[in-house]
Amino acid sequence: MDRYFDQSIKGVSTGTTILAVKFNGGVIIGSDSRASMGGSYVSSKTINKLIQVHDRIFCCIAGSLADAQAVTKMAKFQLSFHSIQMESPPLVKAAASVMKELCYSNKDELQAGFITAGWDRKKGPQVYTVSLGGMLLSQPFTIGGSGSTYIYGYVDSKYKPDMSREECLQFATNAIALAMGRDNVSGGVVHLVVITEDGAEHVVIPGDKLPKFHDE
Amino acid sequence: MATLSVCQPQYGGFSFENCKRNALLEAEITKLGCSIPAARKTGTTICGVVFKDGIVLGADTRATEGMIVADKNCSKIHYISPNIYCCGAGTAADTEMTTQLISSNLELHSLSTGRLPRVATANRMLKQMLFRYQGYIGAALVLGGVDCMGPHLYSIYPHGSTDKLPYVTMGSGSLAAMAVFEDRYIPNMEEDEAKRLVRDAIAAGIFNDLGSGSNIDLCVIKKDKVDYLRPHDEANKKGVRAGNYKYKCGTTAVLTKAMTPLNLEVVDETVQTMDTS
Repeated sequence: MDRYFDQSIKGVSTGTTILAVKFNGGVIIGSDSRASMGGSYVSSKTINKLIQVHDRIFCCIAGSLADAQAVTKMAKFQLSFHSIQMESPPLVKAAASVMKELCYSNKDELQAGFITAGWDRKKGPQVYTVSLGGMLLSQPFTIGGSGSTYIYGYVDSKYKPDMSREECLQFATNAIALAMGRDNVSGGVVHLVVITEDGAEHVVIPGDKLPKFHDE
Repeated sequence: MATLSVCQPQYGGFSFENCKRNALLEAEITKLGCSIPAARKTGTTICGVVFKDGIVLGADTRATEGMIVADKNCSKIHYISPNIYCCGAGTAADTEMTTQLISSNLELHSLSTGRLPRVATANRMLKQMLFRYQGYIGAALVLGGVDCMGPHLYSIYPHGSTDKLPYVTMGSGSLAAMAVFEDRYIPNMEEDEAKRLVRDAIAAGIFNDLGSGSNIDLCVIKKDKVDYLRPHDEANKKGVRAGNYKYKCGTTAVLTKAMTPLNLEVVDETVQTMDTS
Protein backbone atom coordinates (compact mmCIF):
# COMPACT_ATOMS: atom_id res chain seq x y z
CA MET A 1 0.00 0.00 0.00
CA ASP A 2 1.31 3.48 -0.78
CA ARG A 3 3.00 4.71 2.37
CA TYR A 4 3.11 8.42 1.83
CA PHE A 5 0.50 10.69 0.25
CA ASP A 6 2.26 13.50 -1.63
CA GLN A 7 1.13 16.90 -0.38
CA SER A 8 0.68 18.14 -3.94
CA ILE A 9 -2.80 16.62 -3.86
CA LYS A 10 -5.19 18.82 -5.80
CA GLY A 11 -7.66 20.84 -3.76
CA VAL A 12 -8.55 19.98 -0.18
CA SER A 13 -6.68 16.89 1.01
CA THR A 14 -7.40 14.63 3.91
CA GLY A 15 -3.75 14.14 4.87
CA THR A 16 -4.84 11.80 7.53
CA THR A 17 -4.56 8.80 9.78
CA ILE A 18 -7.04 5.98 9.23
CA LEU A 19 -7.13 2.46 10.55
CA ALA A 20 -9.30 -0.62 10.82
CA VAL A 21 -8.82 -3.58 13.19
CA LYS A 22 -10.62 -6.90 13.53
CA PHE A 23 -11.48 -8.12 17.02
CA ASN A 24 -13.43 -10.97 18.50
CA GLY A 25 -16.92 -10.48 17.08
CA GLY A 26 -16.50 -7.31 15.02
CA VAL A 27 -14.30 -4.61 13.56
CA ILE A 28 -13.30 -1.16 14.73
CA ILE A 29 -12.68 1.47 12.08
CA GLY A 30 -11.21 4.83 13.08
CA SER A 31 -9.81 8.11 11.81
CA ASP A 32 -8.75 11.61 12.81
CA SER A 33 -10.84 14.63 11.73
CA ARG A 34 -8.60 17.11 9.95
CA ALA A 35 -8.80 18.31 6.32
CA SER A 36 -5.94 20.47 5.09
CA MET A 37 -5.04 22.60 2.08
CA GLY A 38 -1.43 22.71 0.97
CA GLY A 39 -0.06 21.39 4.24
CA SER A 40 -0.37 24.73 6.06
CA TYR A 41 -4.07 25.55 6.42
CA VAL A 42 -6.61 23.39 8.18
CA SER A 43 -9.76 23.81 6.11
CA SER A 44 -11.91 21.73 8.44
CA LYS A 45 -11.26 20.51 11.99
CA THR A 46 -14.27 18.26 12.23
CA ILE A 47 -14.78 16.26 9.09
CA ASN A 48 -16.00 12.72 9.43
CA LYS A 49 -13.86 10.44 7.31
CA LEU A 50 -15.89 7.36 8.22
CA ILE A 51 -18.54 7.08 5.53
CA GLN A 52 -21.33 4.56 5.97
CA VAL A 53 -21.80 2.80 2.64
CA HIS A 54 -24.27 0.28 4.06
CA ASP A 55 -25.82 -0.74 7.41
CA ARG A 56 -22.81 -2.70 8.59
CA ILE A 57 -20.13 -1.57 6.15
CA PHE A 58 -18.04 1.57 6.62
CA CYS A 59 -15.36 3.16 4.51
CA CYS A 60 -12.60 5.52 5.59
CA ILE A 61 -11.09 7.95 3.13
CA ALA A 62 -7.61 9.35 2.54
CA GLY A 63 -6.23 11.58 -0.20
CA SER A 64 -8.06 14.23 -2.21
CA LEU A 65 -11.34 15.04 -0.48
CA ALA A 66 -13.17 15.80 -3.74
CA ASP A 67 -12.23 12.46 -5.27
CA ALA A 68 -13.00 10.53 -2.06
CA GLN A 69 -16.44 12.13 -1.69
CA ALA A 70 -17.30 11.42 -5.34
CA VAL A 71 -16.16 7.77 -5.16
CA THR A 72 -17.91 6.97 -1.86
CA LYS A 73 -21.20 8.50 -3.03
CA MET A 74 -21.02 6.43 -6.20
CA ALA A 75 -20.15 3.29 -4.22
CA LYS A 76 -23.01 3.88 -1.75
CA PHE A 77 -25.47 4.11 -4.63
CA GLN A 78 -24.13 1.01 -6.37
CA LEU A 79 -24.13 -1.01 -3.14
CA SER A 80 -27.69 -0.13 -2.20
CA PHE A 81 -28.81 -1.09 -5.71
CA HIS A 82 -26.86 -4.36 -5.46
CA SER A 83 -28.35 -5.23 -2.08
CA ILE A 84 -31.88 -4.63 -3.42
CA GLN A 85 -31.17 -6.93 -6.36
CA MET A 86 -29.67 -9.64 -4.11
CA GLU A 87 -32.41 -9.19 -1.50
CA SER A 88 -29.81 -9.41 1.25
CA PRO A 89 -27.21 -7.13 2.83
CA PRO A 90 -24.06 -6.93 0.69
CA LEU A 91 -20.84 -8.74 1.59
CA VAL A 92 -17.96 -6.58 2.83
CA LYS A 93 -15.91 -8.00 -0.01
CA ALA A 94 -18.53 -6.76 -2.48
CA ALA A 95 -18.30 -3.24 -1.04
CA ALA A 96 -14.51 -3.30 -1.22
CA SER A 97 -14.75 -4.63 -4.77
CA VAL A 98 -17.00 -1.75 -5.84
CA MET A 99 -14.48 0.76 -4.47
CA LYS A 100 -11.65 -1.10 -6.16
CA GLU A 101 -13.41 -1.04 -9.55
CA LEU A 102 -13.91 2.71 -9.29
CA CYS A 103 -10.32 3.35 -8.20
CA TYR A 104 -8.73 1.02 -10.75
CA SER A 105 -10.75 2.12 -13.78
CA ASN A 106 -10.07 5.78 -13.05
CA LYS A 107 -6.60 5.42 -11.62
CA ASP A 108 -5.16 8.20 -13.81
CA GLU A 109 -7.67 10.79 -12.63
CA LEU A 110 -8.26 9.86 -9.00
CA GLN A 111 -6.04 10.49 -5.98
CA ALA A 112 -7.81 8.73 -3.12
CA GLY A 113 -7.29 5.55 -1.09
CA PHE A 114 -9.79 3.72 1.13
CA ILE A 115 -10.12 1.21 3.93
CA THR A 116 -13.36 -0.78 3.86
CA ALA A 117 -14.43 -2.70 6.95
CA GLY A 118 -17.60 -4.27 8.22
CA TRP A 119 -19.52 -7.34 9.25
CA ASP A 120 -21.47 -9.77 7.10
CA ARG A 121 -23.19 -13.07 7.69
CA LYS A 122 -20.89 -15.16 5.48
CA LYS A 123 -17.43 -14.36 6.85
CA GLY A 124 -18.09 -12.23 9.90
CA PRO A 125 -15.85 -9.22 10.56
CA GLN A 126 -13.47 -8.28 7.72
CA VAL A 127 -11.02 -5.49 6.85
CA TYR A 128 -10.03 -4.63 3.26
CA THR A 129 -7.70 -1.97 1.96
CA VAL A 130 -8.12 -0.38 -1.47
CA SER A 131 -5.00 1.57 -2.28
CA LEU A 132 -4.40 4.52 -4.65
CA GLY A 133 -3.99 2.47 -7.82
CA GLY A 134 -6.80 0.03 -7.10
CA MET A 135 -5.15 -2.87 -5.26
CA LEU A 136 -7.54 -4.83 -3.03
CA LEU A 137 -6.11 -6.68 -0.04
CA SER A 138 -7.70 -8.39 2.95
CA GLN A 139 -5.86 -8.01 6.25
CA PRO A 140 -6.55 -8.57 9.98
CA PHE A 141 -5.77 -4.90 10.57
CA THR A 142 -4.57 -2.07 8.41
CA ILE A 143 -3.51 1.58 8.67
CA GLY A 144 -3.42 4.30 6.05
CA GLY A 145 -2.92 7.97 5.31
CA SER A 146 0.08 10.22 5.82
CA GLY A 147 0.04 9.73 9.60
CA SER A 148 0.23 5.97 9.33
CA THR A 149 3.97 6.02 8.65
CA TYR A 150 4.54 7.06 12.28
CA ILE A 151 2.67 4.15 13.81
CA TYR A 152 3.70 1.10 11.79
CA GLY A 153 6.03 0.04 14.60
CA TYR A 154 3.38 0.56 17.25
CA VAL A 155 0.64 -1.42 15.51
CA ASP A 156 2.96 -4.22 14.44
CA SER A 157 4.12 -4.75 18.00
CA LYS A 158 0.84 -4.17 19.86
CA TYR A 159 -1.66 -6.03 17.68
CA LYS A 160 -2.92 -9.40 18.96
CA PRO A 161 -5.47 -11.55 17.09
CA ASP A 162 -8.84 -12.07 18.85
CA MET A 163 -8.75 -9.02 21.14
CA SER A 164 -11.79 -8.11 23.19
CA ARG A 165 -13.85 -5.04 22.27
CA GLU A 166 -12.37 -2.88 25.03
CA GLU A 167 -8.78 -3.91 24.27
CA CYS A 168 -9.37 -3.16 20.60
CA LEU A 169 -10.88 0.26 21.34
CA GLN A 170 -7.85 1.14 23.45
CA PHE A 171 -5.49 -0.11 20.71
CA ALA A 172 -7.19 1.95 18.02
CA THR A 173 -7.38 5.10 20.17
CA ASN A 174 -3.71 4.84 21.14
CA ALA A 175 -2.59 4.30 17.56
CA ILE A 176 -4.50 7.28 16.17
CA ALA A 177 -3.46 9.52 19.08
CA LEU A 178 0.18 8.66 18.50
CA ALA A 179 -0.08 9.39 14.79
CA MET A 180 -1.90 12.70 15.42
CA GLY A 181 0.86 13.66 17.81
CA ARG A 182 3.54 13.36 15.16
CA ASP A 183 1.85 14.14 11.86
CA ASN A 184 1.01 17.79 11.19
CA VAL A 185 -1.81 17.05 8.77
CA SER A 186 -3.64 14.71 11.16
CA GLY A 187 -5.47 16.07 14.16
CA GLY A 188 -8.74 17.14 15.69
CA VAL A 189 -10.86 14.46 17.34
CA VAL A 190 -10.78 10.69 16.99
CA HIS A 191 -13.79 9.11 15.28
CA LEU A 192 -14.30 5.41 15.92
CA VAL A 193 -17.05 3.10 14.71
CA VAL A 194 -17.53 -0.34 16.25
CA ILE A 195 -19.30 -2.69 13.82
CA THR A 196 -20.68 -5.99 15.07
CA GLU A 197 -23.54 -8.33 14.22
CA ASP A 198 -25.86 -6.07 16.26
CA GLY A 199 -25.07 -2.90 14.33
CA ALA A 200 -22.70 0.06 14.18
CA GLU A 201 -21.86 2.30 17.13
CA HIS A 202 -20.14 5.65 16.65
CA VAL A 203 -17.70 6.80 19.33
CA VAL A 204 -16.11 10.26 19.29
CA ILE A 205 -13.12 10.98 21.50
CA PRO A 206 -12.43 14.71 21.84
CA GLY A 207 -8.88 16.07 22.04
CA ASP A 208 -8.75 16.49 25.78
CA LYS A 209 -9.79 12.88 26.43
CA LEU A 210 -7.08 11.38 24.22
CA PRO A 211 -4.34 9.30 25.86
CA LYS A 212 -1.17 11.29 26.50
CA PHE A 213 2.26 9.93 25.73
CA HIS A 214 4.94 11.96 27.52
CA ASP A 215 3.46 15.18 26.10
CA GLU A 216 5.12 18.25 27.60
CA MET B 1 14.67 11.93 12.76
CA ALA B 2 15.39 15.64 13.35
CA THR B 3 16.52 16.32 9.77
CA LEU B 4 13.76 14.43 8.03
CA SER B 5 13.51 16.90 5.18
CA VAL B 6 16.49 19.12 4.54
CA CYS B 7 16.37 19.82 0.83
CA GLN B 8 12.66 19.58 0.15
CA PRO B 9 10.88 22.46 -1.54
CA GLN B 10 8.67 24.44 0.81
CA TYR B 11 4.93 24.05 0.56
CA GLY B 12 3.00 27.09 1.78
CA GLY B 13 3.84 29.12 4.89
CA PHE B 14 6.15 32.11 4.79
CA SER B 15 9.36 32.20 2.72
CA PHE B 16 11.88 34.81 3.78
CA GLU B 17 14.41 34.00 1.03
CA ASN B 18 14.08 37.30 -0.82
CA CYS B 19 14.13 39.71 2.13
CA LYS B 20 17.88 40.41 1.99
CA ARG B 21 17.77 40.83 -1.78
CA ASN B 22 14.78 43.18 -1.54
CA ALA B 23 16.50 45.32 1.09
CA LEU B 24 19.58 45.67 -1.15
CA LEU B 25 17.43 46.47 -4.19
CA GLU B 26 15.44 49.07 -2.27
CA ALA B 27 18.64 50.82 -1.23
CA GLU B 28 19.92 50.81 -4.82
CA ILE B 29 16.63 52.04 -6.28
CA THR B 30 16.14 54.91 -3.83
CA LYS B 31 19.68 56.04 -4.67
CA LEU B 32 18.52 56.39 -8.30
CA GLY B 33 15.46 58.35 -7.17
CA CYS B 34 12.77 55.73 -7.99
CA SER B 35 10.51 53.72 -5.66
CA ILE B 36 9.94 49.96 -5.36
CA PRO B 37 6.73 48.59 -7.01
CA ALA B 38 3.62 48.38 -4.80
CA ALA B 39 2.12 45.03 -3.70
CA ARG B 40 -0.23 43.23 -6.08
CA LYS B 41 -3.88 42.84 -5.09
CA THR B 42 -6.00 39.80 -5.95
CA GLY B 43 -8.84 38.12 -4.13
CA THR B 44 -11.96 38.17 -2.04
CA THR B 45 -13.31 37.60 1.43
CA ILE B 46 -16.59 35.69 1.73
CA CYS B 47 -18.05 33.99 4.76
CA GLY B 48 -21.23 32.56 6.26
CA VAL B 49 -22.56 31.68 9.69
CA VAL B 50 -25.55 29.71 11.04
CA PHE B 51 -27.54 31.52 13.74
CA LYS B 52 -30.67 30.71 15.73
CA ASP B 53 -33.25 31.41 12.99
CA GLY B 54 -31.22 31.02 9.81
CA ILE B 55 -28.07 31.99 7.90
CA VAL B 56 -26.04 35.18 7.50
CA LEU B 57 -23.82 35.39 4.40
CA GLY B 58 -21.25 38.16 3.94
CA ALA B 59 -18.89 39.34 1.18
CA ASP B 60 -16.62 42.25 0.30
CA THR B 61 -17.26 44.12 -2.99
CA ARG B 62 -13.96 44.50 -4.79
CA ALA B 63 -13.28 42.88 -8.17
CA THR B 64 -9.68 43.03 -9.39
CA GLU B 65 -8.13 42.58 -12.79
CA GLY B 66 -4.45 42.03 -12.18
CA MET B 67 -3.31 45.23 -10.51
CA ILE B 68 -6.40 47.33 -11.23
CA VAL B 69 -9.66 47.38 -9.33
CA ALA B 70 -12.07 46.50 -12.10
CA ASP B 71 -15.23 47.06 -10.07
CA LYS B 72 -15.36 48.98 -6.78
CA ASN B 73 -18.80 47.71 -5.92
CA CYS B 74 -19.52 44.33 -7.44
CA SER B 75 -22.04 41.89 -6.04
CA LYS B 76 -20.60 38.60 -4.85
CA ILE B 77 -23.73 37.19 -3.22
CA HIS B 78 -25.65 35.40 -5.97
CA TYR B 79 -29.28 34.30 -6.03
CA ILE B 80 -29.84 30.58 -6.33
CA SER B 81 -33.48 30.26 -5.29
CA PRO B 82 -35.88 32.27 -3.07
CA ASN B 83 -34.50 30.56 0.02
CA ILE B 84 -30.91 29.85 -1.05
CA TYR B 85 -28.07 32.30 -1.78
CA CYS B 86 -24.43 31.65 -2.70
CA CYS B 87 -21.26 33.75 -2.26
CA GLY B 88 -18.52 33.19 -4.83
CA ALA B 89 -14.74 33.60 -4.65
CA GLY B 90 -12.16 32.88 -7.36
CA THR B 91 -12.61 33.64 -11.05
CA ALA B 92 -15.55 36.06 -11.30
CA ALA B 93 -16.86 34.63 -14.59
CA ASP B 94 -16.75 31.09 -13.24
CA THR B 95 -18.67 31.89 -10.05
CA GLU B 96 -21.23 33.98 -11.96
CA MET B 97 -21.93 31.37 -14.63
CA THR B 98 -21.86 28.39 -12.27
CA THR B 99 -24.35 29.95 -9.87
CA GLN B 100 -26.63 31.05 -12.72
CA LEU B 101 -26.58 27.57 -14.27
CA ILE B 102 -27.37 25.81 -11.01
CA SER B 103 -30.00 28.43 -10.20
CA SER B 104 -31.94 27.73 -13.42
CA ASN B 105 -31.54 23.96 -13.08
CA LEU B 106 -32.78 24.20 -9.51
CA GLU B 107 -35.82 26.22 -10.59
CA LEU B 108 -36.73 23.53 -13.13
CA HIS B 109 -36.19 20.86 -10.48
CA SER B 110 -38.37 22.72 -8.01
CA LEU B 111 -41.16 23.07 -10.59
CA SER B 112 -40.87 19.36 -11.26
CA THR B 113 -41.03 18.34 -7.58
CA GLY B 114 -43.54 21.05 -6.67
CA ARG B 115 -41.56 21.94 -3.54
CA LEU B 116 -39.20 24.65 -2.36
CA PRO B 117 -35.65 23.48 -3.23
CA ARG B 118 -33.36 22.14 -0.52
CA VAL B 119 -29.85 23.42 0.14
CA ALA B 120 -28.47 19.87 -0.05
CA THR B 121 -29.79 19.63 -3.64
CA ALA B 122 -28.01 22.83 -4.67
CA ASN B 123 -24.87 21.56 -2.95
CA ARG B 124 -25.04 18.22 -4.77
CA MET B 125 -25.55 19.90 -8.16
CA LEU B 126 -22.66 22.32 -7.62
CA LYS B 127 -20.19 19.69 -6.38
CA GLN B 128 -20.99 17.26 -9.19
CA MET B 129 -20.46 19.96 -11.80
CA LEU B 130 -17.20 21.21 -10.28
CA PHE B 131 -15.87 17.66 -9.88
CA ARG B 132 -16.63 16.93 -13.52
CA TYR B 133 -14.33 19.81 -14.49
CA GLN B 134 -11.58 18.59 -12.12
CA GLY B 135 -10.82 22.00 -10.61
CA TYR B 136 -10.48 23.91 -13.89
CA ILE B 137 -13.57 25.96 -13.01
CA GLY B 138 -12.07 28.28 -10.40
CA ALA B 139 -15.13 28.73 -8.23
CA ALA B 140 -14.90 28.53 -4.43
CA LEU B 141 -18.39 28.98 -3.01
CA VAL B 142 -20.17 29.51 0.29
CA LEU B 143 -23.71 28.18 -0.10
CA GLY B 144 -26.35 28.93 2.50
CA GLY B 145 -30.10 28.73 2.84
CA VAL B 146 -33.11 27.72 4.90
CA ASP B 147 -35.36 24.87 3.79
CA CYS B 148 -37.91 22.54 5.36
CA MET B 149 -35.14 20.83 7.36
CA GLY B 150 -33.75 24.04 8.85
CA PRO B 151 -30.76 26.30 8.08
CA HIS B 152 -27.80 24.77 6.22
CA LEU B 153 -24.36 26.16 5.32
CA TYR B 154 -21.89 24.52 2.94
CA SER B 155 -18.44 25.47 1.64
CA ILE B 156 -17.65 24.16 -1.84
CA TYR B 157 -14.09 23.99 -3.16
CA PRO B 158 -13.09 24.25 -6.86
CA HIS B 159 -12.22 20.55 -7.06
CA GLY B 160 -15.67 19.50 -5.95
CA SER B 161 -15.28 18.70 -2.25
CA THR B 162 -17.78 20.15 0.21
CA ASP B 163 -17.96 20.70 3.95
CA LYS B 164 -21.12 21.21 5.96
CA LEU B 165 -20.20 23.44 8.89
CA PRO B 166 -21.71 26.06 11.24
CA TYR B 167 -19.29 28.78 10.03
CA VAL B 168 -17.16 28.95 6.88
CA THR B 169 -14.88 31.43 5.10
CA MET B 170 -13.38 31.39 1.58
CA GLY B 171 -11.18 33.54 -0.61
CA SER B 172 -7.80 35.16 -0.07
CA GLY B 173 -9.06 36.93 3.05
CA SER B 174 -10.44 33.71 4.52
CA LEU B 175 -7.70 33.37 7.11
CA ALA B 176 -8.34 36.84 8.52
CA ALA B 177 -12.11 36.23 8.58
CA MET B 178 -11.70 32.75 10.12
CA ALA B 179 -9.62 34.27 12.92
CA VAL B 180 -12.61 36.46 13.85
CA PHE B 181 -15.03 33.52 13.67
CA GLU B 182 -12.84 31.24 15.75
CA ASP B 183 -12.67 33.90 18.45
CA ARG B 184 -16.31 34.94 18.64
CA TYR B 185 -18.58 32.25 17.20
CA ILE B 186 -21.08 30.66 19.57
CA PRO B 187 -23.97 28.38 18.55
CA ASN B 188 -27.56 29.79 18.44
CA MET B 189 -26.69 33.48 18.20
CA GLU B 190 -29.33 36.17 17.79
CA GLU B 191 -29.70 37.88 14.41
CA ASP B 192 -27.97 41.15 15.40
CA GLU B 193 -25.06 39.33 16.99
CA ALA B 194 -24.63 37.17 13.89
CA LYS B 195 -24.76 40.21 11.56
CA ARG B 196 -22.16 42.00 13.67
CA LEU B 197 -19.93 38.91 13.65
CA VAL B 198 -20.08 38.51 9.86
CA ARG B 199 -19.55 42.25 9.34
CA ASP B 200 -16.45 42.12 11.55
CA ALA B 201 -15.12 39.02 9.81
CA ILE B 202 -15.43 40.63 6.36
CA ALA B 203 -13.91 43.86 7.71
CA ALA B 204 -10.95 41.83 9.00
CA GLY B 205 -10.54 40.44 5.47
CA ILE B 206 -10.88 43.89 3.88
CA PHE B 207 -8.34 45.61 6.13
CA ASN B 208 -5.83 42.79 6.52
CA ASP B 209 -5.90 41.12 3.11
CA LEU B 210 -4.45 42.93 0.16
CA GLY B 211 -7.02 41.40 -2.12
CA SER B 212 -10.32 42.46 -0.56
CA GLY B 213 -11.77 45.92 -0.18
CA SER B 214 -14.57 48.47 -0.57
CA ASN B 215 -17.89 47.74 1.10
CA ILE B 216 -19.47 44.88 3.03
CA ASP B 217 -22.59 43.15 1.68
CA LEU B 218 -24.74 40.97 3.90
CA CYS B 219 -27.55 38.54 3.17
CA VAL B 220 -29.73 37.34 6.04
CA ILE B 221 -31.84 34.27 5.18
CA LYS B 222 -34.60 33.20 7.55
CA LYS B 223 -37.46 30.75 7.16
CA ASP B 224 -39.84 33.09 5.29
CA LYS B 225 -37.75 36.19 4.73
CA VAL B 226 -34.53 37.19 2.99
CA ASP B 227 -32.79 40.51 3.72
CA TYR B 228 -30.33 41.39 0.99
CA LEU B 229 -28.38 44.27 2.57
CA ARG B 230 -26.31 45.88 -0.13
CA PRO B 231 -24.35 47.75 1.05
CA HIS B 232 -24.59 46.91 4.68
CA ASP B 233 -21.50 48.84 5.65
CA GLU B 234 -19.51 51.25 3.55
CA ALA B 235 -16.19 50.46 5.14
CA ASN B 236 -14.20 52.47 2.60
CA LYS B 237 -15.91 55.72 1.71
CA LYS B 238 -14.25 57.93 -0.91
CA GLY B 239 -12.59 60.84 0.85
CA VAL B 240 -13.23 64.55 0.15
CA ARG B 241 -10.54 66.22 -1.94
CA ALA B 242 -8.49 68.59 0.20
CA GLY B 243 -6.96 70.64 -2.64
CA ASN B 244 -8.34 72.05 -5.87
CA TYR B 245 -6.27 71.98 -9.03
CA LYS B 246 -8.56 74.03 -11.22
CA TYR B 247 -7.04 77.28 -12.45
CA LYS B 248 -9.06 80.50 -12.31
CA CYS B 249 -10.02 82.15 -15.59
CA GLY B 250 -7.26 84.62 -16.53
CA THR B 251 -4.38 82.73 -14.76
CA THR B 252 -2.57 82.48 -18.10
CA ALA B 253 -2.08 86.01 -19.52
CA VAL B 254 -2.86 86.49 -23.24
CA LEU B 255 0.04 88.33 -24.86
CA THR B 256 -0.99 88.60 -28.56
CA LYS B 257 -3.99 87.67 -30.68
CA ALA B 258 -3.79 87.02 -34.44
CA MET B 259 -6.81 86.10 -36.64
CA THR B 260 -6.49 84.60 -40.14
CA PRO B 261 -9.77 84.11 -42.16
CA LEU B 262 -9.79 80.90 -44.26
CA ASN B 263 -11.62 81.14 -47.65
CA LEU B 264 -13.18 77.77 -48.23
CA GLU B 265 -14.85 76.58 -51.48
CA VAL B 266 -17.95 74.35 -51.16
CA VAL B 267 -17.12 71.21 -53.20
CA ASP B 268 -19.81 68.69 -52.27
CA GLU B 269 -23.05 68.94 -50.29
CA THR B 270 -25.01 65.87 -49.07
CA VAL B 271 -28.27 65.80 -47.10
CA GLN B 272 -29.32 62.88 -44.92
CA THR B 273 -32.97 62.90 -43.86
CA MET B 274 -33.75 62.09 -40.24
CA ASP B 275 -36.74 59.87 -39.44
CA THR B 276 -38.66 62.03 -36.99
CA SER B 277 -41.94 60.08 -37.14
